[in-house]
Amino acid sequence: MIKHSLQRLLGLIPTMLMLITVAFFLIRVAPGGPFDSEKLLPPEIEANLNAKYHLDEPLVQQYFRYLGQVVVLDFGPSFQYKDWTVNELIAQGFPVSATVGLAAMILAFVVGTLLGIAAALRQNSGIDYSLMGFAMLGISVPNFVIAPILILLLAVYAGWLPAGGWDWSVANMVLPVITLSLPAIAYIARLTRGSMIEVLHSNFIRTARAKGLPESVVIRRHALRPALLPVISFLGPATAAMISGSVVIERIFSIPGLGSYFVQGALNRDYTLVMGVVIFYGMLIIILNFIVDLVYAWLNPKIRYDEKR
Amino acid sequence: MTKSADKPVIDPFEAALEVHDIKGRSPWEDAWHRLLKNRAAVYSAFIMAFMLVLVVFGPMLISWESDFTDWDYTSSPPSIESGHWFGTDAVGRDIMVRTLEGGRISLLVGLVATIVSLVIGVSYGATAGYFGGATDRIMMRVVDIIYALPFMFFVILLMVVFGRNILLIFVAIGAVNWLDMARIVRGQTLSLKNTEFIEAARACGVGDWAIIRRHIIPNLLGVVIVYVTLTIPQVILIESFLSFLGLGIQEPMSSWGALVSDGAQDMESAPWTLVVPSIFLTVTLYCFNYIGDGLRDALDPKDRL
Amino acid sequence: MKPANMENTAAPLLEVKDLDVGFDTPEGKVHAVNCLNFSLKAGDALAIVGESGSGKTQTVMAIMGLLSENGEARGEARFKGQDLMKMSTAQLNTHRGKEIAMIFQDPMTSLNPYLRIDKQMIEVVMHHQGLNKSEARAHAVEMLRAVRIPDPERRIRQYPHEFSGGMRQRVMVAMGLLCEPDLLIADEPTTALDVTVQAQISHLMSALRENSNTAIILITHDLGVVAGLCDRVLVMYAGEAVECGSVEQIYYEPKHPYTQGLLASVPRLDQPEETGLNSIPGNPPNLLALPKGCKFRDRCPKAHDACKEKPPMQLDEQRHAWRCFLGGAA
Ligand SMILES: Nc1ncnc2c1ncn2[C@@H]1O[C@H](COP(=O)(O)OP(=O)(O)O)[C@@H](O)[C@H]1O
Ligand code: SF4
Ligand SMILES: [Mg+2]
Repeated sequence: MIKHSLQRLLGLIPTMLMLITVAFFLIRVAPGGPFDSEKLLPPEIEANLNAKYHLDEPLVQQYFRYLGQVVVLDFGPSFQYKDWTVNELIAQGFPVSATVGLAAMILAFVVGTLLGIAAALRQNSGIDYSLMGFAMLGISVPNFVIAPILILLLAVYAGWLPAGGWDWSVANMVLPVITLSLPAIAYIARLTRGSMIEVLHSNFIRTARAKGLPESVVIRRHALRPALLPVISFLGPATAAMISGSVVIERIFSIPGLGSYFVQGALNRDYTLVMGVVIFYGMLIIILNFIVDLVYAWLNPKIRYDEKR
Repeated sequence: MTKSADKPVIDPFEAALEVHDIKGRSPWEDAWHRLLKNRAAVYSAFIMAFMLVLVVFGPMLISWESDFTDWDYTSSPPSIESGHWFGTDAVGRDIMVRTLEGGRISLLVGLVATIVSLVIGVSYGATAGYFGGATDRIMMRVVDIIYALPFMFFVILLMVVFGRNILLIFVAIGAVNWLDMARIVRGQTLSLKNTEFIEAARACGVGDWAIIRRHIIPNLLGVVIVYVTLTIPQVILIESFLSFLGLGIQEPMSSWGALVSDGAQDMESAPWTLVVPSIFLTVTLYCFNYIGDGLRDALDPKDRL
Repeated sequence: MKPANMENTAAPLLEVKDLDVGFDTPEGKVHAVNCLNFSLKAGDALAIVGESGSGKTQTVMAIMGLLSENGEARGEARFKGQDLMKMSTAQLNTHRGKEIAMIFQDPMTSLNPYLRIDKQMIEVVMHHQGLNKSEARAHAVEMLRAVRIPDPERRIRQYPHEFSGGMRQRVMVAMGLLCEPDLLIADEPTTALDVTVQAQISHLMSALRENSNTAIILITHDLGVVAGLCDRVLVMYAGEAVECGSVEQIYYEPKHPYTQGLLASVPRLDQPEETGLNSIPGNPPNLLALPKGCKFRDRCPKAHDACKEKPPMQLDEQRHAWRCFLGGAA
């Protein structure tokens, strides 16, 4: 198990390297320099700036310089927010995004699995059909459609909740968290339903029933864990999807999270910031996927066993 | 067969043939029948057909131009009298014609980007699966690596880097969305590769590429159809996402995502500017997802019962 | 083994009457079991034999209330006088695992791969006999020892995949015996295993017969196992009982042409060939549309015109029954 984990950990290195390389060269082949918006700069000042940001060096040298920095988690100064480093911006925005994201993830996991199990246990009933219809809706309606509509209904018309802004209060979190979690709830519900139905058809569930155990025990003790395994492996992609979603959510609800900085940076061509956020989030996703894999293996004795040998 | 009607069947081989005769429908016919039984999918297909006609021909029938600003009716609510059935936006443009024209772009992006991802995914996956061994391992490792990257951010990055033009949107979205397709096609290819008719073709000296083209790809059709149907809504979603952020389609062109974004700005004074394009977008995504689901269930009978 | 001719006059432990099992499928209704009757007294051992697909498994699944959702059973299955068919799941659960235990066909997938053996065994005893955890564990270890699993204290802490197929089937047997059931149903307990392990498991079961009064229903392909273990044999074809009698009657005076065919195809020592039961030419009828007359007619070497009608069940004085126009006391 430990050996395997270390191996997997080493396996992350090429992924990270690829992430950094693609991000770096994409940015560098971009037409127009980062100071385009300040066209009127005198040439010597521009040269100064270029020197300060090492833009005058050969590309390969810049690449390795950047790689060296990133290895020690230093993403350099921001091009647009003059007095800020990218690290400071990340430190500013990430806790906000992470709070919303984590809350949404927990909500999605709990609600999604419960709905999925409920649908599976009443397969092909009215409850099942309506739950799955709603789940399909949750998958199909983009969150940038749901968010404004919820704001309109619950904030503007009803006045129950703030329409946006951020002061770390629960009231401010409700709408963003719900909107962000809806697609994940829907997806997890479908996933859980499918896997639960499959598990309930397996031979070992038949054995458990033949033992005369009450159905509730059969489900809790025998079916739940294997039915949730696919959901566990979905948590990696779900995180990635939520991070993407947060970009929109933070914008709609005016939340000063990392997604907001990213879009702002993208619109302003703040190269170091954009690159920093992409690499930071990329690493986060890679590491989370790694952890999810470990949890999955830990929950699955067969994998644990195969690796012991 | 030359079997006479009253001769008892004792030859097991013949009996097997007879069993086969009873359920002699081709797999495609079977799938078609199963699909027709799936009401959600059938309704969705009708709605989508209607939507397509509406989007393609609708703008020609509406007397308003999409960029005509009707200063007598700015932010006017839906009404029959004004002629703006779905209302107008803040500068008096007709929401209906804008939504239908935006739909053209959204659906076009859906189609073209899906084709891009299809071409990349199928050729990549079929190649990896067909050659197997080290080639396969390396190619799939690359897919794994790309899979782990936050691809939405890469699309945004691409848009930032190359500027926002519609061609690039097609390519960028297609280029990051081929991974699923590649994985599935590879899996199918691997399992098809060793079946008898491929062996036979190879024994007859048919070349590798000819086998891929003539045998493997036609057999992949089922899965590919399913995933194309499921990729279209994904792609439409990504495009509208980008447009919503202001990173996609630019004025004067418009797409559903861009319209939703505009509508969200004015939603307090003119909620219909948000609601109308939202409904079109949502209905489209909903229908495509149902059609895709229905096709998958129909073409993959192992999930039955 | 009990001598077969010793009449057991007690009231039947299990009495199956007019059992029908049907499955709804997109192609129509599959008639898996048709009007099946048999009964079993305490301590009896009944073998159910027949080609694959003849409805053996679904018969016992119906009795256990374990049919899949598209299945429906009709008829009676009286266990100690109470009709299992009419029971709710909760009522069934007071018998299943406690008085009726079942061993399934596929040992590789019948144990929960996510739970250690101890947990899967202990739960049965704790649930049905109210023992506490340590008592239950001690009992489970004893059971594993009884089925000759070496080092049971250690093995019980392991997961199913750490056991070989034969060992898993032993675990299944031990698990079935935990509550000393009155009836043990074993569905092809040895089919998936290799020959030596097969012999060991059937040994285990005959030892069990000697040491307890447990009645056994053994479903099998292997007529060799039947002789050593059972006193009566029920032969099934296309969901019907075609012949039923003592082991001696079935072996030495088979009346039904199908049974005769089965016996002829049993691999013999002088021709060690794995032909099994499939060597009667032809295929069983389509269960979606059963023929009107004798269901074996298409394959029967003795078929004649009368066989277009349904043959009656004939019965002789020695409780030997068969469903055929032929073979009566002429
Ligand atoms: N869930 C089901 N749906 C439809 N047909 C089924 C189902 N389960 C079993 N059958 C059919 O019932 C028949 C009898 O099966 P079974 O009792 O398992 O045979 P066996 O004698 O080999 O144990 C088979 O033809 C099988 O195809
Ligand atoms: S009834 Fe006729 S067809 Fe059926 S087994 Fe007897 S002889 Fe054969
Ligand atoms: Mg069976």
